[in-house]
Amino acid sequence: MKAHVDATRCQGMGVCAELAPAVFLLDDWGFASTADGGAIPAEHEPAVRDAAARCPEKAILLVE
Amino acid sequence: MDAVSPVTVPAAPPGAAADQGRVPDAAPHPGTPARLTADPAREPAIALRGSPLIDALDAAALRGRGGAAFPAAVKWRAVRSAPCVVVANGAEGEPASWKDRYLLRARPGLVLDGLLLAAEALGAVRALLYVGRPEDEAAVRTALARHPGAGGVEVVAVADRYVAGEETAVVRAVNDGIAMPTVKPPRPFERGIDGRPTLVQNVETLAHAAWIARHGAEAFRAVGTAGSPGTALVTVDGAVSEVALGTPLSELFAARDQAVPPPAVLAGGYFGGLLAPDRFGLPLDYDAFRAAGSGLGCAAFGVVRDCPVDTAVRVAHYLAAESSRQCGVCLNGTRAMAEALGRVATGHAAPDDPANLARWSETLPGRGACALLDGAALLVRSLLGGFPGAVAAHLDHGCAVCAAERSTS
Repeated sequence: MKAHVDATRCQGMGVCAELAPAVFLLDDWGFASTADGGAIPAEHEPAVRDAAARCPEKAILLVE
Repeated sequence: MDAVSPVTVPAAPPGAAADQGRVPDAAPHPGTPARLTADPAREPAIALRGSPLIDALDAAALRGRGGAAFPAAVKWRAVRSAPCVVVANGAEGEPASWKDRYLLRARPGLVLDGLLLAAEALGAVRALLYVGRPEDEAAVRTALARHPGAGGVEVVAVADRYVAGEETAVVRAVNDGIAMPTVKPPRPFERGIDGRPTLVQNVETLAHAAWIARHGAEAFRAVGTAGSPGTALVTVDGAVSEVALGTPLSELFAARDQAVPPPAVLAGGYFGGLLAPDRFGLPLDYDAFRAAGSGLGCAAFGVVRDCPVDTAVRVAHYLAAESSRQCGVCLNGTRAMAEALGRVATGHAAPDDPANLARWSETLPGRGACALLDGAALLVRSLLGGFPGAVAAHLDHGCAVCAAERSTS
């Protein structure tokens, strides 16, 4: 699975980084991104799905 | 040193203030054959159309001249499987580049030939000519009325902004009237105008395609390098010339009677960062520029005659102002880099400014929906990497060149 943050939607709420801190990095201004081209290790998939579902801006795109 | 107010309203960056309405002239560089700059009345008839033309673009290894240098044949084939839309992209958002304006105002027939050949070869259901300046719109409307077979071409004119020519901005402008980038995927070749596969091709690339349709792939490859064949329209300080790819950058200054190397050159419009004199031997070749950490882009160069740090400040502020403010990281990142650079340039750097600039220049590329933030980061990276002495001088004790500028302006 891959996860991408839509930079036009992300408002820097930071919910994703709380739910999946190993995957979502917050920059100096609080906006989120993923590393490694968005590749998600299997053990983090449940947390990433949770983050995508709870993102208030629906800014996280999952690619199966 | 005396307290100097930080730069808040920088002067316009190089190339931005020239007369916007002029019709640029263009001639071949010494030793380069005239192709797009040749007299159109003396050109032979079109000999290749349809699939043989696409094969010829492939054999010619024609690469996009708008900035990304993507192979044209791959782009054409990607939209061919379904009813598609083709767009000639003439929105020349790079202020330092004048070559698209040259084509639209002085050689619009070549652009229309290329657009019509693409529409025919791909079976397009719509063909559009997209421009960003009123002068260009007027020129192409006049040309359309005279051009055989161009009756179905639609002209779309948008406001002249830096990001308006980005390919997703082109699609969005036509679909929704908003000339700002969207997140990718989908890319236009997957889903573009009217939801159809869409070819968005720079007007110079289309003009080269029309040249190949007349002269063939082998003739196209007679000049240029293996990876970057052919000629390109190059802008140096607002002047356009046709230059064989592979020509060393330094020859462009020699041709403009600038025998003494300038302290720096802005490359790729505002998109390839600053080049120090030790890079002036670089050949005009997309891969060579990329390998050097720069970008040939739209092949526009701005000669920096004073201080590279001051130039970086002005360009960084320009890019920050041109952010379409859709991506929080771009709005904040471009502004933060411009402000930190401004403090460095005026001797007011905060203790963490240099380290922040270095970190942002490495971590921000790829984060925005379009590449504007990448260009700003490359500018910073090229300044820190290519001009460490000038940066250190500004941090330590100010810059003699900038001080002289201030005392005379």
